[in-house]
This record gives sequence, structure tokens and C-alpha cells, in this order.
Amino acid sequence: MTRTSSSDVIQNPDAAAHAPASGGEARDAGTAARRRAGRARRIVSRLLGAVVVLWGAATAAFLAQVALPGDRATAILNIRTGQAQERTPAELAPIIEAYGLHDPVLVQYLHYLTGLVRGDLGTSYQQFRPVWDLIGEQLGATFVLSLVAIALAWVIMIAWVTLTAGRSRRVSAFGSTVDTVAAALPPYWLGILLLLVFALNLRWFPVIGGTGIAGIVLPALTLAIPLAGFMGQSVRAEYERALEQPFVLSARMRGMGDLQIRLRHVLRHASLPAITLTGWAIGATVSVAVIVEQIYSRPGIGKTLVAAVGAQDLPVVTGIVILVALAYVVANLLVDIVYTLIDPRLEQS
Amino acid sequence: MTAVASTKTAAPRRTRIRVAPGLVVAVVFAALFAIAAVVPQILATTAPTAQDFTAALRPPSFEHWFGTDESGRDLYSRVIHGTRESLLIGIGAAGIALVAALVLGSLAALGDRFTSAIVNRGIEVVFAFPILLLALLLVSILGASAWTQVIAVGVSTAPGYARMVRGQILAAKNAGYVEAARALGHSRGRVLTRHVLPNAVRPLVAVFTMAIGQSIVWASGLAFLGLGVAPPSSEWGALLDAGRAYILQAPWLTFVPGLVILVLALTATSLGKHIQNSLEKGE
Repeated sequence: MTRTSSSDVIQNPDAAAHAPASGGEARDAGTAARRRAGRARRIVSRLLGAVVVLWGAATAAFLAQVALPGDRATAILNIRTGQAQERTPAELAPIIEAYGLHDPVLVQYLHYLTGLVRGDLGTSYQQFRPVWDLIGEQLGATFVLSLVAIALAWVIMIAWVTLTAGRSRRVSAFGSTVDTVAAALPPYWLGILLLLVFALNLRWFPVIGGTGIAGIVLPALTLAIPLAGFMGQSVRAEYERALEQPFVLSARMRGMGDLQIRLRHVLRHASLPAITLTGWAIGATVSVAVIVEQIYSRPGIGKTLVAAVGAQDLPVVTGIVILVALAYVVANLLVDIVYTLIDPRLEQS
Repeated sequence: MTAVASTKTAAPRRTRIRVAPGLVVAVVFAALFAIAAVVPQILATTAPTAQDFTAALRPPSFEHWFGTDESGRDLYSRVIHGTRESLLIGIGAAGIALVAALVLGSLAALGDRFTSAIVNRGIEVVFAFPILLLALLLVSILGASAWTQVIAVGVSTAPGYARMVRGQILAAKNAGYVEAARALGHSRGRVLTRHVLPNAVRPLVAVFTMAIGQSIVWASGLAFLGLGVAPPSSEWGALLDAGRAYILQAPWLTFVPGLVILVLALTATSLGKHIQNSLEKGE
């Protein structure tokens, strides 16, 4: 009984909505309840997974701070003053006090975790200011760049795959070769190439990327092209498989145009792997943005992060790591929601 | 009629080995990189540190194929002489990544339930983090140096390979020949060392080749940010870092080393894919 009703729904996603009209009341109430319970279980397990990732990030961040070679208080003071020397206990006392280094490591760990929950990312070793003050205002520019880049990557990927997938053998092979090469492009090289061609020679865009719309195009493209190639690699296989499906044949028989079939039916099936990759891409683009921001002298967390890494100012680095983990987790929860919207079959499994 | 038939039979039955043109190009490049790494003086036109201030910041020309830097040093010779160090960084990082991946992947696939659950979860959590960010985190713990570059890139790329190793071991574990070996009464250890591991490890030859290219790309990214080998060296990442100050006046100083890195990465990927294909066909 359950079996037939669930397979009905798989074949016709709309059946769920029409079910009360077609089936017995009691049976549908039962399936609906089961489905609700299943959905609740899935949400809970997703949220748990998200918490585990965040906790893992926080723990790694804490361990990184503890792992700093040598005595921690001495290291902090030396990083702060830019020197490397032995310190007297009198010099170290305020540092030990400020960072609570006299506590056992486990207590420090708990302090760190509770601080994070309250939104306290720690205090910079170098500048003695809260990490959030250092990166908070620059974070916006980097996230905007990253989101624009992801959107551009989708546009490029869809256009390229629609143009080349499932065409003649030569065109398909060329399309997938371009995907592979694009995915392999090192960001520093692509950034310089785009800068040379479009800013220095053609003068279409400013050389120094400001915060304006014209200034974001080249940096975003630098991030988007490799991402588009990467997504294209996984979408292309699905796309070509979907083109062979019976529903494509039936759409053709209904007289639907090729482009319309590709965009309305095939793309919907083929885009699933790219949606998964998008959740992952948030973190990846934010971190590669560091390189891009250096090339185009763009505002963002890049300069702060690189300076902090060079000076071993760990709280700043780990603060950014935790924020990226947070962005990753949120993006993946969104991806899950989008997934079920695009592919209602997943509701059932 | 008969003549045609006889020539057909008389012709030596050469088994035509089809060589893809992509493979030829990849092998040629790989050979060039190998020569540059082992005996750079054969390919280089001048010493990598020979300065000529009258010819500073010249664009690529017939005399200086890749142009010159701010001290008039020939970029082509510097790139050739930097090959060895760059390749060593790539090989080192790829080696660390694959050894770590092998250990973690085997634990995840073969450990008891508790171990495998922990290791699996750990791999997934670390895998969630962007490679560059992980590498930056490691550099900030260890301090910037060539060794740090190797370790940071190796450790950050390991989780991805660990997932692959785990998948391969699981696949090998469930394969028919393993079941057969078990049915023949071979011990668990023997099945593992004689059947499961060799079949799971063999594809790693291809992966290692590709990983070298990838590692060099990531390591150069670190170097580009000024977190790699110190500038006097002509390692490719160091060249990128040194050229960054001249991005507008002398873009070839960053563009050319970047292109060389890209060519190496593509060569490694293409060779790796061919090895993978031939391994699959051979089995």
C-alpha cells in the first residue's frame, strides 16, 4: 500500500498536492504524518551536521592557537612587538592575564567556545583589538565579491554547457576540454591575464578595482571562470545523460524547441551537482578572493588576512576561518532547501 | 585480386598503437620540465643571477624570451633554474598528502566502527574547509618558509585524497576477487595485504601525478601572497611574488611564471589521466 503511493509520487511530483482528492482520507493522513516525521528527522540531522562542522572549526581554531611553537605568552608578546627575544615574568604577566593563559587548557577551551557563541572571535595578538573590529567592516566587500562571482559562474557555466553539451562529438569534446582548462587556471595568473587584456589594453575596466560596479567585474570573473569550469565538469555528464531521457523525447514530440528543452527540462536535472558545489564554493571563493584582492588592490579581508598570517597573528586568522565555516554551513543548509524545491523526489527518500 | 590479397597478408601485422596527440604534447612538456630540473644549464641561456642594469624590465624579445626583471636578470633562465625547487615542493606536498590520505583512508575504510566513524567525520569536517584557507592557517602556525609551504599544501589537500582512498578500499573490499579469496579460506590479513590494498593503491600512481601539479599551483598561490620561499630564489612562486610589485609596469614578470605553472599543472593532469586510463584498460 505504502509502496504504490510512494512510487506514484516519484513518477508524478504533483501527486503529493493532489493526493487528498484522489485517495482515501485515512491513508493520506498516515503518509502525510510519516512524511512530516521524515522531514523533521532530516532537518534535525542536517542541523546536527552543521553544528559538528562549526564545533570542528572552533576546536581546530583553538588548537591552532595553542600549537603556536614555544611559550605562548612569549610568542604573543614577540608577535605584538615584532621582536624575537626572551621575556621576563614581569613583562609576560599582563599578557598572561589578558589572554587567561594561567588557566588549564581545558578551561581556556571552554572560555573560547563560550566567547564564540557570544560572537567574540578573540583579541588580535598584534594590535590588541577585538578581531571582529579588524575584519568586520572588510568582510562585506569580500562576501559581495564572492556572491557576484558565484552568480557569474552559474551564468557562464549554463551558457557554455547549453551551447556545447550533447552536440557533435567534436563540439562536445571541445566544450569539456575548455571546462578542464578553466578549472585548472591558477587565480593569480587568470587575474593578471584579465587585468592585462581588459584593463591595460582595452581599458574597459579600471585597473584598480574600486567598490563600484565596473571595479568588481574583473575580480569576480577571475573567481568565476575556474568555478564555472569546475561546475561544468560535473554538470556536463549529468546534462548529457538527461538529454537521453524519455522525457526529452516526449517534449520534442510535443514540438518543444531544442533550446527550450535544454533550459527547462535538461538543466533542471543536470544542475543538481552544481547546486551542491555552490555550497562549497562560498568558502572556496572567499579564500581565493584573498589572492584576487591583492591583484586588483580591492578592499576586503585579503590584506588583513595575509598580514595576519605573515605576523602569525592567529586570532585574526582563526576568526576568519570560523566566519568562513559559518558561511559554509549556512550556504549548505540553503542548498538543501533549494535541492528539495528543484527535485521534489528527494522529499521522499 | 590475388595480388591485393597477398599484399594484405604479406604486410607485417603491426599492432597499431594509437597515441593521442594530447599525450605526445604532455610527454614532451614533462621531458622538458625534467631536463630543466636535473640539468638546468642545458636549457638556460644565462646564469639565473646574472644582472644587467642596462637591460632592466625589458619585455619579452628575441634576446630575452621571457623578458627581464628589475635587475636585468633574464626571466627565462630564472624560470628554468627555478624548476627543480618548484618540482620538489610539488612532489613533497603531493607525497605528504597521499601518505596522510592513505593512512586516514585506510583507517576510515578498515578500522572498527568507532575509529572509522571518528576518522570519517574528521575527514568530512576538514574537507569542508577551503584548501587555501587551511594552508594559510598552517602557515600562520608554522611561520612562512619553503618547508611550511610543503607541509601546509600537503596537509590541506590530504582530506580530498583521503576520501578517494577510502572509496577505493571500500570498492576493492566488496569486489568479487576478494570474496573469492575469502571463500578460499585466506586470513583477513592476507586478503587485505594481498588483494584489497594493492588494488586500492594502484590508482594512486595516477593521482600522485595529478597531485604534483595541483600542489605546485597551491604552493605558488601561497608564494604569490608573500608566504613562500624568500625572493632571491627563482622558484616559480617566488618569481610571482617578486613580480607582483611590477604588475603594471612589467606584467610579464608575473604572467610568464604563472603560465609555466599552468602548463605544468595541465601536463600533470593530462599525464595522470592517461595513466589512469591505461591502468583501467590493463585490468
